[in-house]
Amino acid sequence: MMLPYLALAAILFSIGLFGVLTRRNTIGILMSLELMFNAVNINFVTFNKFIWTDGLVGQMFAIFIVVVAAAEAVVGLAIVLLLYRNWQGIDTDHVSVMKW
Amino acid sequence: MTEYTFLIPLLPLFAFIMIVFFTRWKEMFSALLSIAMILAAWVMSVVILIETLGRIDEPFQWAYKFVNLPNFVLEIGTLVDPLTAVMLVVVTTVGACVEIYSVGYMHNDPRFSRFFAYLSLFLFSMLGLVVANNFFMIFIFWELVGLTSYLLIGFWFEKKSAADACKKAFITTRVGDLGFLVGLFMIGIYFGTFNYGGVFEIAGSGVIPAGILTAAAIFVFCGAVGKSAQWPLHVWLPDAMEGPTPVSALIHAATMVAAGVYLVARSMPLFVTSAEASLVVAIIGLITSFMAASIGLVQNDIKRILAYSTVSQLGYMIMALGLYGYDTAQGHHSPGFYAGTFHLMTHAFFKGLLFLGAGSVIHAVHTNDIQEMGGLARKMKLTAPTFMIASLSIAGIFPLSGFWSKDEIVAAASHYPIFLIGTLAIAFMTAFYMWRLCFLTFFGEPRDQHRFDHAHESPKNMTYPLVFLAVLSICAGWVGLPWIHKGFATFVYHGEAYEPHANYLLMAISLIVGLSGIYLAYLMYYKKSISADAMAEKFKGLYKLLYNKYYFDEIYQKVVIDPVMAFAGLMWKFDANVIDGAVNGTGWLTIKWSDIKEWFDTWIVDGAVNGCGWVVRQGANILRFMQTGSMQFYALFIAVLVVLFGLYKFEVKFLKIGWPTVTIIFILGVTLLALLTRITQIKFKANRRTDGEE
Amino acid sequence: MILSSLVAVPLLGMIIVMFLPKDKFNAIRWTSLLISVVPMVVSMWITWDYFFNLSGTSALAYVEGPYDWIPSLNIQYYLGVDGISVPMLFLTGLLSTLSLLASFGINNRVKEYFAFFLLLEAGMMGVFVALDFFLFYVFWEIMLVPMYFLIGVWGGPRKEYAAIKFFLYTLFGSIFMLVAILIMYFTSEPHSLNMVILLDHGPTMSHTLQMVCFIFFFIAFAIKVPVWPFHTWLPDAHVEAPTAVSVILAGVLLKMGTYAMLRISWPMFPQALRDLSFWIAILGVIAIIYGALVSMAQKDLKKLVAYSSVSHMGYCMMALAAFSSVSAIAGCMFQMVSHGLITGALFLLVGVIYDRAHTREIAAFGGLGAKIPVYTGIMVMFSMAALGLPGMSGFVSEFMIFVGAFGALNKVLVGISVLGVVLGATYMLRMVQKIFLGEFNMAKWGGLTDINLREIISVAPLAVLTVAIGVYPKPLTELMTATLENLVSLMAR
Repeated sequence: MMLPYLALAAILFSIGLFGVLTRRNTIGILMSLELMFNAVNINFVTFNKFIWTDGLVGQMFAIFIVVVAAAEAVVGLAIVLLLYRNWQGIDTDHVSVMKW
Repeated sequence: MTEYTFLIPLLPLFAFIMIVFFTRWKEMFSALLSIAMILAAWVMSVVILIETLGRIDEPFQWAYKFVNLPNFVLEIGTLVDPLTAVMLVVVTTVGACVEIYSVGYMHNDPRFSRFFAYLSLFLFSMLGLVVANNFFMIFIFWELVGLTSYLLIGFWFEKKSAADACKKAFITTRVGDLGFLVGLFMIGIYFGTFNYGGVFEIAGSGVIPAGILTAAAIFVFCGAVGKSAQWPLHVWLPDAMEGPTPVSALIHAATMVAAGVYLVARSMPLFVTSAEASLVVAIIGLITSFMAASIGLVQNDIKRILAYSTVSQLGYMIMALGLYGYDTAQGHHSPGFYAGTFHLMTHAFFKGLLFLGAGSVIHAVHTNDIQEMGGLARKMKLTAPTFMIASLSIAGIFPLSGFWSKDEIVAAASHYPIFLIGTLAIAFMTAFYMWRLCFLTFFGEPRDQHRFDHAHESPKNMTYPLVFLAVLSICAGWVGLPWIHKGFATFVYHGEAYEPHANYLLMAISLIVGLSGIYLAYLMYYKKSISADAMAEKFKGLYKLLYNKYYFDEIYQKVVIDPVMAFAGLMWKFDANVIDGAVNGTGWLTIKWSDIKEWFDTWIVDGAVNGCGWVVRQGANILRFMQTGSMQFYALFIAVLVVLFGLYKFEVKFLKIGWPTVTIIFILGVTLLALLTRITQIKFKANRRTDGEE
Repeated sequence: MILSSLVAVPLLGMIIVMFLPKDKFNAIRWTSLLISVVPMVVSMWITWDYFFNLSGTSALAYVEGPYDWIPSLNIQYYLGVDGISVPMLFLTGLLSTLSLLASFGINNRVKEYFAFFLLLEAGMMGVFVALDFFLFYVFWEIMLVPMYFLIGVWGGPRKEYAAIKFFLYTLFGSIFMLVAILIMYFTSEPHSLNMVILLDHGPTMSHTLQMVCFIFFFIAFAIKVPVWPFHTWLPDAHVEAPTAVSVILAGVLLKMGTYAMLRISWPMFPQALRDLSFWIAILGVIAIIYGALVSMAQKDLKKLVAYSSVSHMGYCMMALAAFSSVSAIAGCMFQMVSHGLITGALFLLVGVIYDRAHTREIAAFGGLGAKIPVYTGIMVMFSMAALGLPGMSGFVSEFMIFVGAFGALNKVLVGISVLGVVLGATYMLRMVQKIFLGEFNMAKWGGLTDINLREIISVAPLAVLTVAIGVYPKPLTELMTATLENLVSLMAR
């Protein structure tokens, strides 16, 4: 019964993950992250619906995540802004100075 | 007065201390102080002798415990018996004469005061030796007279010969003292006391095994051999003539060298318990006496002739004492003890006189060589007659003192043919060499005109002692006339008093022997009817042997001194190279070992530590390339990890491998990944560098 | 308190000296001298008081403690003296002061020198009063430090070598002592370091352990004495050390070895002692003869005296081997005291001539007796004392040793050792002859001056004591008799 939901969440997560790992554009990465968050949210809601039915714990967490994601997006966009200022671009390839 | 005997040695000691610390800058005062003290001692000695005459059988004894340990007591004390009393008088008499004589002899010497200080120290030691009441104390003073003898022989120490002689004297006598010391230890251990009375009582009681008694007696005799210059330790005495002549007279003729005789006489109760030890004593005495007399025949140094004469006469006394011990041990009567001590006394006077006379002669002509003298009787009106009186006395001519004492020695030897012949031969030689000396010195034509012209009679303070001693040389023997009943023999005796009886045959023989010796000397050196040189040529080998004193010095040099010195050098090399070498070798080995340790530490121990670091470093060198700096790479990494974790969590059986394998694969994978990224990143880096340059 | 003060005063003095300004040489010298007078006077008072009031019994006197110091290890602060330590305290007090007086000629790093010297004195005093092994060991080791620097900084041309040799050699021995102490500590029940308690514990140990402990202690003490063949550090140290340090070395440090034997290893392990005494006697006799022979071959005056020390300490060892005889042990104590006095004086005198002539080579001199008569007189006197002339302390001790050893040991062995008397005379007289007798070289030594007042003052007490003991040894014997009897009975267990 809940398999379609989970499958959706998994697909969504995979897409988000792929985006995070492959996108060069920082904004894109942030967007992909949002996808991953949402996949998680779907899972929470699904599990609350089908497994843990007492109360709305899952939904509550989903809402938390939405809030946190918003805050994270703010921080992320601020970083992106700084990246842009420093490198005149938001390509992640530029941001690899912290290595060996 | 007898109870104050201990003061007698202290008087000269007082003089010594005063001179050394206070009055040595005032020369004449020092000398007078010294003389005053010895005269005081002389007066006391005479008084004590008179007191002792009245108490012959009750020796006075006084003792103080010097060291007091359980089972071990050392005493300091005095014992006054007739032997002591006689010795005290002899020593103080000769001592006083010599000190008075020295004022003249030593005048103008830069160390005048010191001379008297030493003489006083010597007299202290000698008198202490005489009054001692035990073997320990006699040994103390025995060594102290050795010291003063050393100091006085070396008095003119700038002369190398004197410096050598004093050392030789001290060390040679110390060799004898070594035996004495062992004898003392034996006495201390087996008798448990050093006191004369105690020792002799135990020795006589028979509780001590005969072998030990013999050994102890012979060891004690060793001391006498050293101090009285008996063969084989006689070599030091002729050399000791390097000292000032008064010293030779006092120490090396009359008193110190007689200490050995005194010791044997004193220990007579010990010797009479052992016939063997006594026989050894007698034989050593005979050998010494004969040997020294024969050497004396050909010497040319006036003092050395007298020195050999002294050795010879001491051997005489020792022989007499030894024969007494031998006879008594076998239960016979013998005049030996009385003869030996009697001769000790008379000899002290006439030999002291001879030396002082020789000193007077040397003072006049400034040479010791009798071949350079001659005819001095014309110039030295007092020295010559007194010297000749002494020479007659030592030759044993009736009625001088030497005759009486020598006669008793001949009597003591008369039971043993070898000893009798030896004794008479020695008497003959003595008479010969003494008169050879007299004739060459005082008669005939002067052989060195220059010296003769400058010769003069010595000052009065030198000649008066000569006269005094000459009187004693004539009369001192009369206390032992065989016809008087309360004579020397009943005063100084051991065991039972010996009653001397006049043996006219022996007297005649010894007188004839003495006269014939003088006559031969007369023929050879005065009338020249027998050529001395021809005799020397005829018996060339013997002459050379005697002239070189039987080569004893050379033999000792080769056999004892050189090997000891070589051995000492060897020991020093051994010490420096082997023992110290071992120590330094240990040090060297330790250092080498520590070098090895250091290498080990650097390369193995520290190597392990550094090796760990190196491995980590090298590993990190590879792994660090995982730090690509690219966030997406990290994210990928996390993702893979999560996947793997998931696989673990859900126990993936389909892979058919264990979890460790998975881990290893993972690590390998990560490493591979890192290497791959490294390769890619190098490219990337290259790109970036160009970027940066743009 | 009085014994603690013997240690504390020099220590305090060291601190005071360290606070003095560095360039005020005379202030430093006089301060140190005055400080060292305090323990000297105290030790003399102890000798006096002990002699008159306490020498009747063998009980320990002026006992302090035992106070707990490190209770968990049962280490105690425990001081006390008896008849064998009192003479040593006296000697230490006297020689320290005299050596400080003789050190006034030191012009280089004066402050450090005197500070070290006071530390040395504290250590020496400590060794002679300690009754706890830990304390004993601490004092024993603490002395090495100042000694090392005194030789190594103010010494002669090969000072570093000599100092290191001395230090390492002694330390090497100390390790054995430490092991032996630990063996005794762990076998006693309850674990104890108290010498008085361990005195009764020693004989109850197994025979093997006794032997091990005895030999270990022996090695430690024998190096200090020094017993042949452990003696080679001695000539080097003596030759290189400054005069005053030589005096202390010969006068006190060597005695610590024999003192420790008498105090520790001899009475604690009587069975082992019995088994080994013959070999100890052999070592002693070898030292006597060997030391004398080697001494005879020396060209350096100071080395001659140093080797004569080896010979003289050989007498002590022979006496110690004859442990059953009170007179031998008393002779050993006498020899310790008299060797301290005589050899101390000889080193002082060698220093006097070295200061003037800047050489110690015997052959370089000759005929000095005419030029410097007072010095000659004093030197000849001490040479005579050293060769055992009666009337001096050396004779009394040698005689007592010989008689005791002759009764207790192999007679042939002792007979051989008597040869040392002749050899001793030989090397001393050769030395006297070559330096003082013979022809005087005016051109070379014409400017030599005689011994001065300060030097006479520093030698005079030694001369007086040497003669006093030689002429009147009774007080010293009475001081020790009760203790020695007790010791001999302990060694006979």
